[in-house]
Amino acid sequence: MAEPLLKVRNLKTYFISKHSQVKAVDGVDFEVQPGKVLGIVGESGSGKSMTSLSLMRLVPGPQGRIVEGEVTFEGTDLLKLTERQMSDVRGNRMGMIFQEPMTALNPVLKVGEQIGEVLIRHRKLSKAEAKKQSIGLLRSVGFPRAEQIVDEYPHQLSGGMRQRAMIAMAMACQPKLLIADEPTTALDVTIQAQVLDLMKSLKNKNGTAIILITHDLGVIAEMADDVVVMYGGQVVESATADAVFDDPLHPYTKALMESIPVIDQDRDRLASIPGTVPSAANFPSGCRFAPRCTLAQESCHQKMPELRELKPGHYVRCDLV
Amino acid sequence: MAASVVSKAGVKSGGTVVKGKPPSRLAFERFMRNPLAVAGAIILLAIIFITVGAPLFTHYSPSVIDIMNTNAPPSAAHPLGTDPSGYDNLARLLYGGRVDLTVAFSAGVMTLVIGTIYGGISGYFGGWIDNLMMRFVDVMLNFPFVVFILFLEAVFNTSGELLLITVVVLTSWPASGRFMRGVFIQLRQQDFVIGATTIGAGAWRTIFRHMLPNTVGTLSVLVSFAVAGYVGLEAALTFIGLGLPLSVASWGGMLSEASNYTAMTTQPYLWLPPAIMIVLTILSVNFIGDGLRDAFDPQMRS
Repeated sequence: MAEPLLKVRNLKTYFISKHSQVKAVDGVDFEVQPGKVLGIVGESGSGKSMTSLSLMRLVPGPQGRIVEGEVTFEGTDLLKLTERQMSDVRGNRMGMIFQEPMTALNPVLKVGEQIGEVLIRHRKLSKAEAKKQSIGLLRSVGFPRAEQIVDEYPHQLSGGMRQRAMIAMAMACQPKLLIADEPTTALDVTIQAQVLDLMKSLKNKNGTAIILITHDLGVIAEMADDVVVMYGGQVVESATADAVFDDPLHPYTKALMESIPVIDQDRDRLASIPGTVPSAANFPSGCRFAPRCTLAQESCHQKMPELRELKPGHYVRCDLV
Repeated sequence: MAASVVSKAGVKSGGTVVKGKPPSRLAFERFMRNPLAVAGAIILLAIIFITVGAPLFTHYSPSVIDIMNTNAPPSAAHPLGTDPSGYDNLARLLYGGRVDLTVAFSAGVMTLVIGTIYGGISGYFGGWIDNLMMRFVDVMLNFPFVVFILFLEAVFNTSGELLLITVVVLTSWPASGRFMRGVFIQLRQQDFVIGATTIGAGAWRTIFRHMLPNTVGTLSVLVSFAVAGYVGLEAALTFIGLGLPLSVASWGGMLSEASNYTAMTTQPYLWLPPAIMIVLTILSVNFIGDGLRDAFDPQMRS
């Protein structure tokens, strides 16, 4: 296999205050191959968003801190760069789009100014050139009247349009990696499909790898090549998308799969996983999923299972399978 | 009936479609639709006009005494009468506004400039920088203002406009600095600010290009409060004898002059005009500030 584009090793992001230590991300490992889509799945509070912010070195300080780990991107460890070097990476070789398109664009700047800013910052274009390129970018994300849209303000666009404008902004410098944190959660289903299609086609055109963070397994099935399942700040299962969907091994992944509503099954109640994700401030000792796991045994509550390679390329953090 | 409703709805939605209007333009239009704010703006402009253009309205000087004609009631020669020293009241009123407005607007500018920069840096960077800067604000906020003026007057053996402005400059920014810090902390969590960082914008660019324009509504209120507050403060300080000397015409000074039983009961032309000017200035500035805040409020954006 080729050298991965992004290699994350033992990433730990904690929120440290005088009285508590919240382990939002607790030893995460994964890899992203060039031009592939990695899906990160997990419930709210599983640490997936904080993982993505850590990759960009945008953990909200001063409490939040990356305490350990390596994030190797195109051969350099991002965690060792200075803030200035890091800001040359952001938006240039690595782009990011957010969940909430309504708040992710600056209300007082024209759409074209916001896209153009990326180009002026990293490509040293003049204002006029940046505007010209912004029009091209807007057209490439599917705006027919791009010449007008560049001069409009975010409040004049709908949610789906804003999300596409965000994508145009993130893709302006043709980054090698796009981090999409729940890019479709806030959108209508039909618009979701449009945005996903757009991301797919941009990926194929520019060879951009994507980290797709979501709790929507349907989106993962649609988009992802590889999948990482997160629970309680840890990776509990990681494999190719096919392997995860055909043969989920971790009890948590299995439970997630069972909780997908199926339209032709006549069920009175939807399957759900009892309980909630444990708070990152006080995880249970032993396996973090054990309190909600139907298979849990005495030993599960004692000892934290290791992430083991059960089949080639298929890693699971469970001692029972 | 239904048809007319539909056609009306069509006209209405057609009429309110906003195409390519910048937020500042929308804000201006909203401001112009607010009658109180417009009235405030007109009154304030009128006050500025008559004080700056004082020589156009009276040929008396505010510092020349008509010794033969003290305590005169209003007449054709002296429309607002003269005061116990023989100064022409109208001239004092018009020229006195200059001092008051200078003090007030320098307070406004300091609130705007230093408050924003200070609060912006403190709120954006957070951590120990924020801590240090806010402790300094605590010190400044708790500074005994009146004692400070007395101290400066004693040290420099002077009292006057320049001293008052110096004090205003030193004391007007901390409150707004603290307030703006809160606004910036709030903005810091917004996706579009994090987004600015994800496209590689540095701290200064993020603060001034992405965050600052979003604080205009709050700023306008802060500035209007500062301006209104310092008009009142000049009056109050001069009234108790700590502000400007008698030789400098000011509204507070005129009130102070008239603060005796005879003047209060029998000579309303001595104290009513400056009192009205102070109240009008404070009210109009407050109305303008309220109007600006409503005009810039992002929640009201269509």
